[in-house]
Amino acid sequence: MSLTKDQVKKVAKLANLPLTSKEEEKYAGQLSKILEYVEQLNKVDTSDVEPTFNVSGKSNVLAEDQVRTSITQEDALANAPKKSEGFFVTKGVFNE
Amino acid sequence: MSDITSLTLTQTLQALKDKKFSEQELNSSYLNRINTLNSKLNIFLEVKKNTSGIPAGIKDVISTKNIQTTAGSKILSNYIPPYNATAVERLLEQGVSIIGKTNCDEFAMGSSGENSAYGPTKNPWDETKVPGGTSSGSAVAVASDCCVFALGSDTGGSIRQPASLCGVVGLKPSYGRVSRYGLIAAVSSFDTVGPITKSVEDASLVLDWISGGDNYDSNAKVEKFTLQPQGLKAGVKGLKVGMPKEYFGEGLDNSVKKVIEEAIEKLKELGAEIVEVSLPHSQYALAAYYILNPSEISSNLARYDGIRFGQSRETIGAEVKRRIMLGTYSLSSGYWDDYFAKAAKVRTLVKMDFEKAFESVDAIVGPVSPTVAWNLGEKVDDPLKMYLADIYTISANLAGIPGLSVPCGFSEGLLRSVNHERSLPVGLQILGKHFDEETILKVGYAYEQITDWHNQKPDLRFKI
Repeated sequence: MSLTKDQVKKVAKLANLPLTSKEEEKYAGQLSKILEYVEQLNKVDTSDVEPTFNVSGKSNVLAEDQVRTSITQEDALANAPKKSEGFFVTKGVFNE
Repeated sequence: MSDITSLTLTQTLQALKDKKFSEQELNSSYLNRINTLNSKLNIFLEVKKNTSGIPAGIKDVISTKNIQTTAGSKILSNYIPPYNATAVERLLEQGVSIIGKTNCDEFAMGSSGENSAYGPTKNPWDETKVPGGTSSGSAVAVASDCCVFALGSDTGGSIRQPASLCGVVGLKPSYGRVSRYGLIAAVSSFDTVGPITKSVEDASLVLDWISGGDNYDSNAKVEKFTLQPQGLKAGVKGLKVGMPKEYFGEGLDNSVKKVIEEAIEKLKELGAEIVEVSLPHSQYALAAYYILNPSEISSNLARYDGIRFGQSRETIGAEVKRRIMLGTYSLSSGYWDDYFAKAAKVRTLVKMDFEKAFESVDAIVGPVSPTVAWNLGEKVDDPLKMYLADIYTISANLAGIPGLSVPCGFSEGLLRSVNHERSLPVGLQILGKHFDEETILKVGYAYEQITDWHNQKPDLRFKI
């Protein structure tokens, strides 16, 4: 599997990763090489094998429905680059 | 007392109890060492000048309340967590204090410590070599006696491999043994928090402290690991220890192989029965890992939007970008079945290999790393070559089983004179059944009692 620079551009967009043209070039080559290595998985017969997504053996762990104290609004906002009147400030979505 | 900083955790606790020195003296001894060594080895990203408590280093991917936590990344260069990780909280309850946040590969992605945005940590045995990664600073902090013990995290070998390359003990607990709450998430179905220490007994004690159920991590097993001194010290007589033939084949450096075989011979002398086992899907573990790992990463790192905390995504480093790209690709429409689902099935086969092997043996031993520490810069431009450094550690993370790295010798016998290439530490890997940390600690402890490798210290006198 070989990735073109255009495919890299598309994936970068999906990943919300701003890449320079030089990076796109570099990743096209490096990712192709890694994908080529990974292709050996096709040699493994997995036709009757269930996938493993979790190895803890647990599923649907439920917690008591209790009210607990959480961090304060002040603490939650402390690391935000931009805030206003107790809210996070983000880029507008509708004002293009 | 001049050698306070060379004591193990267990010895330190005893010495404090016997009033051989005070907590204040303990802390100032370690701070003095950090003062002389930190700028040369680049171990800590932040140092706290405490006057009490047992000084521990905490890997910088583990959240510490009101103490800057960068994960080795520029994107979190100004992030101050409003809470402690559960493992940290439990250490504080035991009278441990945080002496510093240790350097690491950015978001725990790498094998050499070189992916930190704050520069690489240096191997204390030879500053031109990598310390291994990703818990690079934690391993070096312990190896250079800059803390009593440290916490690291292990997603694909990140505790065991730097411990091996730096000549200290590293324990990757079973997945689910220690709460991941507050560990900055990278690969949620692989991530574990564990200790890097100066002895196996110390690792056992720290695991006792940090393990157990947690309402904030539903994967955490409620039953904690409890240190049973008689269990730890029971010896290995009659124990069946497996040697996977796949871990001794092509790619394993000859000098490492020799050291590992000698270590296994010692276990035999101690009364363990050595049996050859096979883990036939080992050869595919790395390929499966490098689909599953980036996939989970791409999803976990989507949270860094620069709105609630952190900087903008331009500040992410090269390896992290590479994995986000790879993961986004393998999860994208049309490729999911071919990559992610396929890799998750191979993961099942790797796990089943271990289950089958553990039907006939109590523990599995082999090398941690195919080579000793390599030169700084040697693999940074070849990601695939770097990934291959994790070939013997990754399977345990795919299966969720515990693994221990114990110092077991040096690549060229004992240290040579300064004119020669310095010989470097080798670690023995001991793998166990899921949630059976006791057996691997027992094997490691028995080995430590008849060898002196864990007491070897790098010669740092010229730097002080």
